[in-house]
Amino acid sequence: MSTTTGQRPEPSTGAASTPPPSLPEKWRALPLPARNLLGAAVALLVVTAFLAVTGDLTALRLATVGYTFLALAGLQLLVGGSGQISLGHGAFMMIGAYTMALLVLHLPMLPLATNLFIVVAVSAVAGIAVGAATARLHGPYLAGATLILAVGLPGIAHRYHDLFGGSNGLNIRTVGVPPFLDGVVTTSEWRALVVWFTVLLVLAALATISGGRLGRRMRAIRDDETAAAMSGIPVGRTKVVAFIIASAAGGLAGGLQAYALGTVTPSSFALVLSLTLIAALVLGGIGSLWGALWAAVAVVYLEVWASDLARAMDLGHNVQHNLPIVLFGVVLILVLRFWPLGLHGGLQALRNRIARR
Amino acid sequence: MDHFINLTLNGLALGAAYSALALSLVLIYQATRLVNFAQPAFALLSVYAAFAVTQITGSYWLGFGAALITGMTAGAAAERFVVRPIARVSPLNGVIVTLGMLLVVQGAVGMIWGNEQHAFGYAFSYVGRFSPADIFAVSAVAGVALLLFLLYRFTAIGLRMRAAAHHPEAARLSGVRVGLMLTAGWAIASFIGALAGMLAAPPFLYPNVFDIVFVFGITAAVVGGLDNPFGAILGGMLIGLGGSWVSGYVGPELATLSALVIVVVVLSVRPDGILSRPTARKV
Repeated sequence: MSTTTGQRPEPSTGAASTPPPSLPEKWRALPLPARNLLGAAVALLVVTAFLAVTGDLTALRLATVGYTFLALAGLQLLVGGSGQISLGHGAFMMIGAYTMALLVLHLPMLPLATNLFIVVAVSAVAGIAVGAATARLHGPYLAGATLILAVGLPGIAHRYHDLFGGSNGLNIRTVGVPPFLDGVVTTSEWRALVVWFTVLLVLAALATISGGRLGRRMRAIRDDETAAAMSGIPVGRTKVVAFIIASAAGGLAGGLQAYALGTVTPSSFALVLSLTLIAALVLGGIGSLWGALWAAVAVVYLEVWASDLARAMDLGHNVQHNLPIVLFGVVLILVLRFWPLGLHGGLQALRNRIARR
Repeated sequence: MDHFINLTLNGLALGAAYSALALSLVLIYQATRLVNFAQPAFALLSVYAAFAVTQITGSYWLGFGAALITGMTAGAAAERFVVRPIARVSPLNGVIVTLGMLLVVQGAVGMIWGNEQHAFGYAFSYVGRFSPADIFAVSAVAGVALLLFLLYRFTAIGLRMRAAAHHPEAARLSGVRVGLMLTAGWAIASFIGALAGMLAAPPFLYPNVFDIVFVFGITAAVVGGLDNPFGAILGGMLIGLGGSWVSGYVGPELATLSALVIVVVVLSVRPDGILSRPTARKV
């Protein structure tokens, strides 16, 4: 997992900020954070190029892929890294999204970056509370406890209607394109870029964490908790830290969602979100950031393709409405049946087979 | 005081459905070591089957029978053809594939019957304090639990099923058909899941009707201890009572949070559930 963003091959993206096409040794000699940051910079260029080609229409979709990717990367650190299975990741996205919306509504003078920092802090605190309460739980017990969190939390938005806007949620208006870029990019393109900039910056940090000592400790705990404890790893503390990092990433993803969509409703953080996230992660492949990326693409685009397909074939209303969820389920079952390591593992196997020929 | 008694009786009736679903989850956990997220899907399929049969024949009880048979078949087929080849490779994948089945079944049901609500009746009159419908719910679940206890404790097939679940290798060497026993375990569990569905669905039926019931069911199973069927029933009753009291005294939106509080409190004292025995672990 460590160098997954770093190892991105750098073909002719024509970017000035990339290092000269140097020897692999030279690349490996760079410290890990630098490698990850460079990888993130290249990825941002790729996203910008993609946005320039596809234009305004797909900008929102691209932003959706971005924040979903971040949420999944946090979950990846938790599940793939430390082996804790959380079914309540959507709850942290909800906390982040509502924090963002309330900040924009009640403290409109704060700049976006400050808001995002506050979002991270608030969701990290929530992560501390939940992580400390669930540190002793393992396997299905942790899953059950986090599941009920994901289901219970939207109830608060209904209960405190005045503050959280009930089932209608909150609508916010955030700052659009800065003046000097007016006319160059549209508002939604700008938002997509802001989302991806933040996401890639945080992903570089996550990749550095999981490549370092903390990541190693987390994997040791995942593989054998007792053996890890006997080797002197503080098991409880490491697990809580993993939970906090994952919650902060999930919260930030929620905050970015609120920023990109401009609206926050409790129904978008229903049970199905948390379940989709964990299912998508396994679909993409546990244990690598690439897996999280494929998962994010699958979550967003399977739905798009299913809706397009249903509309093109002029299927009935009931079929059209339910095709995305059925398609996601069928793809999930088939991938797990034939590619047990998920899309990432399956693609790797394909690549190896082609390379051997 | 009257209000309290009403809420308590209501909580017991709710708890019966949660207990039944928790029981079905625990049975599958015992047999296959995975939490079956497809349990509400099987229940959903069963109850829609009951809905269709009742519409055609006009008889509630024919529908009831159809539901139980559908549940059993769905559970057995899912174990044999979907879960087994996948869970053999990785247990986590086994859990996630049950989630996939949940999505597929929910969507498919929506495609066939639509996402709107259909009226779906109770077995008996639901009017009054501890109505006949409530009595039926509690006694049906109690009866099933008793039968299950007798099956597992006193019959040869029950012994084989326990052997297959606890020591598959040793059981296989002794001539037990382990695979068949696991399929039978799933069938029995999904039979109980279908019963839970019939108790929990009224008054309306729609594709997401069991989401919250299932969450309470899994919570109940976790609270009681995933290894203990009696724990499932105890957990279901606790969650039902807690939810009923909180809805009555505080507000229905916070009923799920009451379950959260119960989970956190119980699991912080006993991380493996109330009725679990501590196990020694090998390194």
